[in-house]
Amino acid sequence: MYKIVEKRTLAPLTTWFLVEAPLVAKRHKPGQFVLVRVCEGGERFPLTIVDSDKETGTIALVSQEVGKSTGLLAKVEEGEFLLDVAGPLGKPTDIHQFGRVVCVAGGIGAAPLFPIARGMKNVGNDVTVILGARNEELMILREELETVCHALRIATDDGSVGFHGFVSQLLDERIQSGESYDHAVAIGPLPMMEAVCKVTGKYNIPTIVSLNPVMVDGTGMCGGCRVKVHGETLFACVDGPEFDGLGVDFASLSHRLKMYHKQEQCSLQRVAKEGA
Amino acid sequence: MARDKAKPGSIPRQKMPEQSPLARVATFSEVALGLAPDIAHLESERCLMCKKPTCIEGCPVSIDIPSFIQRVVNDDLEGAARVLFESNALPAICGRVCPQEDQCESVCVLGKKFEPVAIGRLERFVADYVRENGLDLLPNPGQATGHKVAIIGSGPAGLSAAGELAKLGHAVTIFEALHKPGGVLVYGIPEFRLPKDIVAQEIDNLRKLGVEIETNVVIGRTVLVDELFAEEGFDAVFIGTGAGLPYFLDIPGEDLNGVCSANEFLTRVNLMKAYDFPNVDTPVHVGNNVTVIGGGNTALDAARTALRLKPEKVSLVYRRSREEMPGRAEEIHHAEEEGVDFQMLTNPVRFIDNGEGWLAGMECVRMELGEPDDSGRRRPIPIEGSNFVIHCETAVVAVGNGANQIVASTTPGLDTGRHGNIVADEETGATSRDGVFAGGDIVTGAATVILAMGAGKKAAATVHQYLLTLDGGATENGAAEITSPG
Ligand SMILES: Cc1cc2nc3c(=O)[nH]c(=O)nc-3n(C[C@H](O)[C@H](O)[C@H](O)COP(=O)(O)OP(=O)(O)OC[C@H]3O[C@@H](n4cnc5c(N)ncnc54)[C@H](O)[C@@H]3O)c2cc1C
Ligand SMILES: Cc1cc2nc3c(=O)[nH]c(=O)nc-3n(C[C@H](O)[C@H](O)[C@H](O)COP(=O)(O)OP(=O)(O)OC[C@H]3O[C@@H](n4cnc5c(N)ncnc54)[C@H](O)[C@@H]3O)c2cc1C
Ligand code: SF4
Ligand code: FES
Repeated sequence: MYKIVEKRTLAPLTTWFLVEAPLVAKRHKPGQFVLVRVCEGGERFPLTIVDSDKETGTIALVSQEVGKSTGLLAKVEEGEFLLDVAGPLGKPTDIHQFGRVVCVAGGIGAAPLFPIARGMKNVGNDVTVILGARNEELMILREELETVCHALRIATDDGSVGFHGFVSQLLDERIQSGESYDHAVAIGPLPMMEAVCKVTGKYNIPTIVSLNPVMVDGTGMCGGCRVKVHGETLFACVDGPEFDGLGVDFASLSHRLKMYHKQEQCSLQRVAKEGA
Repeated sequence: MARDKAKPGSIPRQKMPEQSPLARVATFSEVALGLAPDIAHLESERCLMCKKPTCIEGCPVSIDIPSFIQRVVNDDLEGAARVLFESNALPAICGRVCPQEDQCESVCVLGKKFEPVAIGRLERFVADYVRENGLDLLPNPGQATGHKVAIIGSGPAGLSAAGELAKLGHAVTIFEALHKPGGVLVYGIPEFRLPKDIVAQEIDNLRKLGVEIETNVVIGRTVLVDELFAEEGFDAVFIGTGAGLPYFLDIPGEDLNGVCSANEFLTRVNLMKAYDFPNVDTPVHVGNNVTVIGGGNTALDAARTALRLKPEKVSLVYRRSREEMPGRAEEIHHAEEEGVDFQMLTNPVRFIDNGEGWLAGMECVRMELGEPDDSGRRRPIPIEGSNFVIHCETAVVAVGNGANQIVASTTPGLDTGRHGNIVADEETGATSRDGVFAGGDIVTGAATVILAMGAGKKAAATVHQYLLTLDGGATENGAAEITSPG
């Protein structure tokens, strides 16, 4: 059992949790995730580790409510417990001195990007963060990200704050106006990562993306998380979740994410009906 | 009771009572119901009590078979159980899933002229008697030695190693990656062949022996092998992580929605209980037509599991002929009875898209058997121009498993072989690393429950020796202790 020691709402439907998981905290490196099961009968689903503290034995998670399992998680209160937390899983981010690094976050992607940006800065990179959201209200971790980069640029789809448009457009504009980057990391919804890769591909900037296929075990045992990168089939939970964005088959992944759509809707409808 | 000297072969081999095919495909409850006491007794009478019991040689853990059967004849079921437990910590499980037809029963002397003694059914009968009557035959944990042993993986290899070492007085902790212990016994083999409460009970028994089980710990990620020694204070480590990396076919269309590995399909249904969706949250995809690819136990389990999720049709596609199927004869028979459509000598060449990214069918080619290959089985060769399409919305790929690299790749100095398996001595379990031992599917590649258990047991004996040398000698005593069973 893994205790929730702190809980905060970051934005509508987006919650930050501090969870007691000493073994996970001890070995966590940026880019890794945990598999969570909220309660008996619950799904195993992945969440990126946003931060960890070896001393207190806690990890931070940020979850956006999109369906039954994340909805169940949102109902767990401070002092209550999660049934299972396994990790840290996946390969850590390749963090070394690249030079000028741009970290691009879309929506909930700000959470997984936070430890990566910090890691990149700590080893001496010049780090720019481009943070995007649909609107100002949905933007998360802005202050936190500010502290782990040299320059923070903001974009919103509706222009409520910062650049009016997508992060990929802002990135393209910055590059055209003379900024140059040696390395890019993009995390967010699939279309956003794909759009960023279109831009960085144009300028030959090596780009890492973090993929979010449906997972079951998270240890390489089921193959449900397989993705295609440069034509090769890889398991995101053990070979990733980060991959060379310029080689990812986004269309295939985006389609595979719909595999259980019907069942997910059915689960949600039951929740709505029974309130359970 | 005195033994009637029935004439050899005068009693026919007793049949296992089973749920009818029609009834059983409607549920996940166990197919084979177990022998009634009088029937078990009759079966035990068939044993010749051979002076040279070849059956024992056929048993990977050398159960003293005539000795336990003699006790069934004498109606001393508790005594029979004690004989089983001397060699096999999990008889209720082995009695259900061992391929006896290739092991003890294949070399039974009676079987030369008549049908062999139903050794497996008797093993199950005895083990169930003990279980159902709550008899406490648990050995006591040995006197504490002060040594700590870490077991990685809670499949049959890890469970048997843990039990043996606890009996010898070592403090044993099992680390399991998943949230539930049991390995393939819980996530792979379905309820209708191996009820999960039997596995749970065996695991409880280990806990009673003092074995600690830590779930949600992925060694190589959560904790490294080196840290187990340096920081957690373990004196030895046994690796029993199984063969858990599913192979795919590597043919076009394998990323279509509707195609999954048997591991995924079975894990969703068995471990995550997706058969009960939406009462539980994990779904499973089952179209009207399901095709399973493969011929082993995994393929058969996937096909029969699919049947119970009520599609219109389940087909099983295998590239060789029925004789070459590596699955257990009994389960092939069960699958056929339940209505699985066998497409033998058939190989898939591509998965067909319905135009929207979902599986619509599988193009296959018919095969014929040519000359024997390395495995001694006749090599299947495609028949040109024989291509045809099997219509299906779900395809389950069950063409074997390889070795997961998480432990090996994070443990410096641990040698692996050609297929990524950990290299370990078959008799001792010793690896290239001092204090690190391994056994089961991670060493041999996908094999059987009993072989994994046997490997765990043998390795436990070596671990024990190793721990004694840490104490500074006295290995002879140790050897005597290990070989005396109980
Ligand atoms: C490596 C990785 C890291 C992630 N990190 C985060 C994070 O830090 N914060 C966050 O909010 N979300 C994260 N996600 C996504 C999160 O796991 C899903 O949103 C969650 O599983 C949805 O479950 P649900 O029941 O609430 O919604 P559902 O209604 O079941 O699903 C909504 C959508 O979520 C996806 N999904 C469903 N089940 C799974 C599953 N078992 N595994 C992965 N995706 C699934 C599917 O695309 C589905 O269409 C991550 C995913 C991956 C693979
Ligand atoms: C569907 C199916 C049906 C089968 N049917 C039969 C049958 O009828 N008869 C028969 O004899 N055999 C059968 N087998 C084969 C048999 O189940 C295996 O040979 C046996 O389970 C191997 O045991 P093991 O202990 O080596 O590994 P496993 O049972 O695979 O257990 C390994 C355990 O280690 C855990 N693990 C892996 N990596 C780590 C890590 N890094 N850290 C912590 N834990 C880890 C896994 O989660 C798993 O729980 C079947 C196999 C399958 C898949
Ligand atoms: S070989 Fe067959 S008949 Fe002989 S002792 Fe063994 S089980 Fe009995
Ligand atoms: S989640 Fe099962 S292999 Fe990756």
